[in-house]
Amino acid sequence: MSEASRAARIMTQRAANRRLAFALLFVALGFLGFGFGLVPLYNSFCQITGLNGKTGEATARPAGGVDLSRTVTVEFTSTVMPGLPWRFEPMVRRLRIHPGEPANAAYLAVNLGGTRRDGQAIMSVSPEQAATHFKKIECFCYHKQALDPQQTRLMPIVFFVSRDLPQEISTITVSYSAFPVTEEVALRGENRRER
Amino acid sequence: MSSAITDFGHHDAHGEPRGLLRWLTTTNHKDIGILYMLFGLTMFLLGGFFAELIRGQLIHPANHLLTPELYNQVITLHGLVMVFGALMPVTAGFANYLVPLMIGAPDMALPRLNNWGFWLLPPAAIVLVLPFVLKLIGIGNGPVDTGWTMYAPLSVQGGPGVDFAIFAIFLLGASSLMASINIVVTIFNLRAPGMTLMQMPLFVWSWLMTSFLLIAVFPALIAGSAMLLADRHFGTHFFSAAGGGDPVLWEHLFWFFGHPEVYILLFPTAGIMSHILPTFARKPVFGYRAQVYSYWAIAALSVVVWAHHMFTSGMPVAGQLYFMYSTMLISVPLGVLFFCWMGTIWQGALSFETPMLFALGYIVLFGIGGLTGLVLADAVADQQYHNSFFLVAHFHYALFGGPIMGVIAGVYYWLPKMTGRMYSERLGKWHFWLTMIGFNITFMSQFFLGVAGMPRRIPDYALQFAPLNMVSSLGAFLLGASQLLLVYNIARAAAGYGKPATNEVWDGAQGLEFTLPSPPPHHTFEEQPVVT
Ligand code: HEM
Ligand SMILES: [Cu+2]
Repeated sequence: MSEASRAARIMTQRAANRRLAFALLFVALGFLGFGFGLVPLYNSFCQITGLNGKTGEATARPAGGVDLSRTVTVEFTSTVMPGLPWRFEPMVRRLRIHPGEPANAAYLAVNLGGTRRDGQAIMSVSPEQAATHFKKIECFCYHKQALDPQQTRLMPIVFFVSRDLPQEISTITVSYSAFPVTEEVALRGENRRER
Repeated sequence: MSSAITDFGHHDAHGEPRGLLRWLTTTNHKDIGILYMLFGLTMFLLGGFFAELIRGQLIHPANHLLTPELYNQVITLHGLVMVFGALMPVTAGFANYLVPLMIGAPDMALPRLNNWGFWLLPPAAIVLVLPFVLKLIGIGNGPVDTGWTMYAPLSVQGGPGVDFAIFAIFLLGASSLMASINIVVTIFNLRAPGMTLMQMPLFVWSWLMTSFLLIAVFPALIAGSAMLLADRHFGTHFFSAAGGGDPVLWEHLFWFFGHPEVYILLFPTAGIMSHILPTFARKPVFGYRAQVYSYWAIAALSVVVWAHHMFTSGMPVAGQLYFMYSTMLISVPLGVLFFCWMGTIWQGALSFETPMLFALGYIVLFGIGGLTGLVLADAVADQQYHNSFFLVAHFHYALFGGPIMGVIAGVYYWLPKMTGRMYSERLGKWHFWLTMIGFNITFMSQFFLGVAGMPRRIPDYALQFAPLNMVSSLGAFLLGASQLLLVYNIARAAAGYGKPATNEVWDGAQGLEFTLPSPPPHHTFEEQPVVT
């Protein structure tokens, strides 16, 4: 093999290697994108299926009227996450309503700390088969709640349970967890001090 | 005459740098392979040290060897160091050393990238472990302590150790991607003339599949870790429920990587099995095609079963059923591999040199790992076994009994090729039997502890678990101590002691690597052999 043809072979071989390497790199980048893409995918998946207790939202009144033949018990619970010096409780622990009937409930929050503390309530519904059928018309959980020291706030929820709730479900538990929100990430700071 | 040509940084043997500089700048696949393997061995010892600390803490209840904080740090580092520091690099080392030799290529296709891929690893290990060392001398609040799975929200709230771990994952990810891209290019472009894909040795096939999996799933972990970092420092809320995120999202991202990862660790050693078993059974590989198709089937299934790690996370029944059945389906191709290994040794003229002993141990122990995996894959049973010591025992049978045993088998099998010296067969046999006994004492007892209800990741336990924990800890000390025989055997051969090895090393060993001298010269197959 002459020197020239050998050099030519080196060049084509290198080019082929580079091409394949870059193709593979793009595949890897594609999968990186897929990794980030999982976030919206996962969210819409949960929204559609009601997994993870993600509930439905409604802006209008329930359609189809009230189903007087059934009664459903809706229970309310609350949790305060570490780092938020709040008292946070449902005003009514148990409601008995008919599917399709709009209802009101409320939670009471008190800031027991010495400074203004912001909290955000996150809700979840169990059993999860009921989640998509629990429709909120209005909820304090849509917004961050800022409480000054010793300030008390009564926070409403307006909701209904849709008529197509599976027959076998007679009790729905709605739980709200109040999380601390601060720009300075109070959550992390508090936890570190607890160690 | 034909020859594949690669990007050699320096082609001539003259004027190559010596000493440390040589190792820093080397682009030679054998040098890099050896670096990977030595790095893996070092991490294996470090991870083993952490393991002994864990068992030291658990040897009896109400023990105060480690504080609870330190215990959490040690179990986390043990897992991360063993998976990312020991097993992945050591199998990558085998790939670098052996793949070019097995396919008759002069080197890896992208030698400079190869050098980079390796030299990202030591910084990654340092970044991961540094907070641990600093804490020992009173600086900072210690390394990552979330468990190797780094579940949110704990990992969102954890101290700076988590940031170090995330940074280490970025480095490890970059390194793994470089290595796997390089391996795929090498296998596709540099095979000896005449060698078709279906004529490649199975170790080469196994690494091709490993590389595909790495390219497909490691980016998901990188993406997840980037989100975790953003949640921790840049005010996003991917995983924090307070801002509308979801901690379970982390579990999905992690296990989308994490389940295929167990096959990333397993595949290379499944390939190694199909080199060792035929040699010592004096029979050809049984079911070559079936094994290749099994690799494909396992790889494909492994990316769609991840949520069997999340049966207790509140999945709906339909999800539980899907992940239960799909997980159980994986045991079909895995079973095919098993029967191929057994078919290979069936009615063979077996002899029991150390590599063969470890290979047979692999079949037994990994078999137990796979079968107990099926128990865990039962969505109903898993409600009880999840995060108990039963799980710990399962994955140690699967990971130590599989990949680690396989790697050790491979070390004994190719060590004479790499160093030109035979190891001491007597010490090798001692190493095998002590490992086998120590391993089973350590982990068999953990199955019973798990069934009895002992949870994992807790530094203390109820009194009824005391006797078996004592047994397990004593077994672990034996297991750990016997690995020093491995270190001795390697060091002895590397230092040039022991009987010189022939080219073939083992009577009847197949493969292009055994046509070369032992140890092979620095540059090999510059003129590629022609395979017929
Ligand atoms: C037939 C084969 C297998 C099946 C059916 C199986 C099934 C499972 C299941 C269902 C779990 C989750 C249990 C739980 O979290 O409660 C699990 C955990 C695990 N498996 Fe397997 N497995 C198999 C093979 C393997 C192999 C080959 C490896 C590694 C080489 C492996 C490594 C692991 C690890 C590391 C974990 C635990 C991860 C953690 O939570 O820290 N498994 N396995
Ligand atoms: Cu898995």
